[in-house]
Amino acid sequence: MPTVAPLDLDGHCVAAAFIGAIPVFAMAEGTLHWLDHGQKSASLHDGLLTAIPSLDGKTLLTGGEDGKVMAFSPDGPSTALADCGRKWITSLAAGPQDAAAFASGRVATVRFADGKTKEFSCPRSVEGIAFAPKGMRVGIARYNGATLYFPATESKPVELEWAGAHTGITFSPDGNFLVTTMQENALHGWKLADGRDMRMSGYPAKVKSFSWSARGRWLATSGAPAAIVWPFSGKDGPMGKAPVELGTRGTVMVTSVTCHPTDEIVAIGYSDGMVLAGRIADQKEVLLRRSGKGAISSMSWDTEGRRVVFGTEAGDCGVIDISA
Amino acid sequence: MTDTQTQTPAQIPVTVLTGYLGSGKTTLLNRILSESHGKRYAVIVNEFGEIGIDNDLIVESDEEIYEMNNGCVCCTVRGDLIRVVEGLMRRPGRFDAIVVETTGLADPVPVAQTFFMDDDVRAKTSLDAVVALVDAKHLPLRLKDSREAEDQIAFADVVLLNKTDLVREDELRQVEATVRAINPSAQIYHTQRAGIDLSKVLDRGAFDLARALENDPHFLDADEHDHDHDHHDHDGHDHHHHDHNHHHHHDGEVSPIHDVTVQSVSLRGSELDPKKFFPWIQKVTQLEGPNILRLKGILAFKDDPERYVVQGVHMIIEGDHQRAWKEGEKHESRLVFIGRELNEERLRKSFEACQVA
Repeated sequence: MPTVAPLDLDGHCVAAAFIGAIPVFAMAEGTLHWLDHGQKSASLHDGLLTAIPSLDGKTLLTGGEDGKVMAFSPDGPSTALADCGRKWITSLAAGPQDAAAFASGRVATVRFADGKTKEFSCPRSVEGIAFAPKGMRVGIARYNGATLYFPATESKPVELEWAGAHTGITFSPDGNFLVTTMQENALHGWKLADGRDMRMSGYPAKVKSFSWSARGRWLATSGAPAAIVWPFSGKDGPMGKAPVELGTRGTVMVTSVTCHPTDEIVAIGYSDGMVLAGRIADQKEVLLRRSGKGAISSMSWDTEGRRVVFGTEAGDCGVIDISA
Repeated sequence: MTDTQTQTPAQIPVTVLTGYLGSGKTTLLNRILSESHGKRYAVIVNEFGEIGIDNDLIVESDEEIYEMNNGCVCCTVRGDLIRVVEGLMRRPGRFDAIVVETTGLADPVPVAQTFFMDDDVRAKTSLDAVVALVDAKHLPLRLKDSREAEDQIAFADVVLLNKTDLVREDELRQVEATVRAINPSAQIYHTQRAGIDLSKVLDRGAFDLARALENDPHFLDADEHDHDHDHHDHDGHDHHHHDHNHHHHHDGEVSPIHDVTVQSVSLRGSELDPKKFFPWIQKVTQLEGPNILRLKGILAFKDDPERYVVQGVHMIIEGDHQRAWKEGEKHESRLVFIGRELNEERLRKSFEACQVA
């Protein structure tokens, strides 16, 4: 039986993640809490907007209303990676070779491990930012499409056009597909080899959370009363295929999804605070946490796939252990 | 037509401040931020620059107008506001209300539509009122060189005719008549250095269906309070062809200043048949949506003991029952359109066809 170790915090949890084996909760007002032989905390920002673990999982990158980008590690002092003054840092990405990328207004900045930065001034706001899995390549979501930049070279950016406002962005783990979330209730995808479009729609709400399954065969998404899981195993991705629906509940919306690190299992968080685990192959479900005070806002698995850390909009966070 | 959501205390009111450069927006903002009125405001601006107050609730945001991907050119939202409001609302309790300052040239419509069209924003905030600051001295010039100045007035719930100390009394009367001609239903206040009781500007509930029309004497009781507004209703329909190059007549009032392209159409009728009215208003807003800046109405439906109120912005329209008709109150329907190139006669005839025979 799964067991839940609750952690009641104040305010909206922006991100819940494991840094090493330590559960970390990044709260909107700017404080980080972590569980390492007791509860510890540190104030990083005056207002925290976004947080994401580095690729090696050893630090948590955070961006705030104070224009700062920070790198947090439970073992040592946090370091400031960038300071944009009073402009909000609205999106962050962790890249290969300890690179980081962040968005602030109409500027996307890539910061390399040595502290050097490269700025890209965009004609429209940078809504979302992500690194490609291979090579030094950054994709940004923008109005009417996405743009791919190559920050290590002087190559010209690649423009991918699709009408509408694109808000979030992610590359498939094999680098073959680029998928954006949109202001309308839909995803858009491009097959990067030939630029072909794919449209994934039918959601009753905006898609705000997405997660690739192990080996990138599936993309799980929020925005419906079930986790909508698109197949990406074929060479054309989900084109012409129907998604799998996991954890369908009548009127309660899925607000957060995260895929297991090795098995094709999705942890699904709902607007009432419930968490289920669903297996893609047979759509079997297991209850991980009963409903709580607020919508699940963020979840992550540990590297062994034994624990799920979760945060909510109301602050009733915790860690679920499924190995017991 | 969607039912309006009932306003819960969790919804934060949002005031939109429009006005040309030099109209006094910054002065008003500084007053809102510095005066002790017992409320805390988060302010979203385009540039920190002019505001001389250091306050971490001032957020700078790049104006991003996003057309919705539904084929409708007037379905636009401010993408940056969606992001900023979402961020602000993760830390509620820091402020009681939000003020959005727009650039001088801004179209107020996408700002307003953001609070209707985005589900997340709509769930957490409610548009309170659109306030336009007008420089009394320079308005005639502004109307000559830009359509935005006119749009800002046409779209406003409250107009502050500012810098009245810089104009003569007869000039002021002309400017006010022009504002009134563009927008017969706005509350107009004369101010100097944006000096106004902030309660006249903030927490107005202008978009709250239950309150909006109650507070609107020019709209509701046009007969009783303002004769100028009605005389055209009775003297025929000879001025509904609004040619942009000529001196215009308006349904409500004649603008003494040229270069006004916005008109208003006031319709009045007896009890309506809802089976005729709803398909009609849907069709009108779909076909004429791009030309309609605002619409407001109080409707009497046959065999309905309650008044029905509607309001709209371009193609977005919402309506709800407001309250029971009072004893002795005349069951009358009134509808006002503010927009451009509205075919008054066609609107009037088709509206009248919705009346119960």
